[in-house]
Amino acid sequence: MLDWLQNIGQAGLRVFQRLGHATLFMLQILVSIPVLFRHPRLLIHELYSVGVLSLAIIVISGLTVGMVLGLQMYNTLVDFGTEDSLGPVVALSLVRELGPVLTALLFSGRAGSALTAEIGLMKATDQLSVMEMMAVDPLKRVVVPRYMAGVISMPLLAAMFSAVGILGSYMVGVGMLGVDDGAFWSQMQDKVMLDEDVLNGVIKSIVFGMAASWIAVFEGYDAVPTTEGVSRATTRTVVHTAFAVLGLDFVLTAIMFGDQ
Amino acid sequence: MQTSRTVEILVGIFIALGMAAFFMLAMKVSNITAFAETDTYRLQARFDNIGGLKERSPVRIGGVRIGRVESINYDDEQLEAIVNLRINSQHKRIPDDSAASIYTAGLLGEQYISLEPGGSEEFYADGDTIDETQSAFVLERMVGKFLIQEAENSERR
Repeated sequence: MLDWLQNIGQAGLRVFQRLGHATLFMLQILVSIPVLFRHPRLLIHELYSVGVLSLAIIVISGLTVGMVLGLQMYNTLVDFGTEDSLGPVVALSLVRELGPVLTALLFSGRAGSALTAEIGLMKATDQLSVMEMMAVDPLKRVVVPRYMAGVISMPLLAAMFSAVGILGSYMVGVGMLGVDDGAFWSQMQDKVMLDEDVLNGVIKSIVFGMAASWIAVFEGYDAVPTTEGVSRATTRTVVHTAFAVLGLDFVLTAIMFGDQ
Repeated sequence: MQTSRTVEILVGIFIALGMAAFFMLAMKVSNITAFAETDTYRLQARFDNIGGLKERSPVRIGGVRIGRVESINYDDEQLEAIVNLRINSQHKRIPDDSAASIYTAGLLGEQYISLEPGGSEEFYADGDTIDETQSAFVLERMVGKFLIQEAENSERR
């Protein structure tokens, strides 16, 4: 019985210890961000591997999600004769929720796991300690550019996801199912507010980007430097990012849209 | 790994695409007039019943949107709903005997306030109250009236 309690206590303490580590790590990153102004090239290289290489999966997922949304919404809306409001329904759900959330989940699968594996392997193959020996701060050289690349890429990717998704639902709704072209866009423009819906979606994607990149670089930096440890850390990145993004999404939605 | 120039060009394209997506969300998906709406003036209207009118419902003249409902309150002295409207400043010339009614777009659509211009030479100014109002059309009430009428008719027969 006492052993059991001790195990719980131990597990709880470990969780808090990791959380504390992660917070301190985050503060170190934030303090070191100015290094990027002196060496912008580091950032560009990471933007390529984090952002540009995620482009394909984001665009394809956005297109299919938009097309499926258009198809399914149309089937329900047409029963009430309100298929003209397909535009606002799809645009609002994409801009407010699906764009930021799905992009963050895909991002952690495509880019976050790669970041963790990369940093973890650098640690396992002692590259990070070599850098330290050469008086190069691995935090500034390796971690900060990757973190900032994630933070910058996320809102851009989320905006592309939403935009492509709306185009996908336009193709299905107007092109295949015969929703009126003018009604699709005009109703959308009437209902979607720039300052509330679009801006809140962007804020969400920035927050998700910070959370997802934070988890990814921390798990990599904190990984047990063995083959198994790196693989565990990579798995943890994807799982924890999913939890964090979905939890944050609920909180943010409650704050942003809860009072309507 | 590609040469540094290719990488930089690709990153440039990536950022340009992201900006284009933002631009599309701002211009095509939402109404950019959200910025222009900072330049507005207030009107007030009192209704017995506002039906399903909500904050941010449109205000129209002749079907053209000229503003939005800013807030809805209830005055428990006069037992009326007070609706505050924000009208875009470019529509300054609304005659001060215009009437406000609450209509429904389509049978089940959203509700909006329609202003019918009167013939007065004077125009509404900031903070004025619209006197002539017509309450929302409530479907249940109309159905109820219709049923009572039917019952009376069949009794007479």
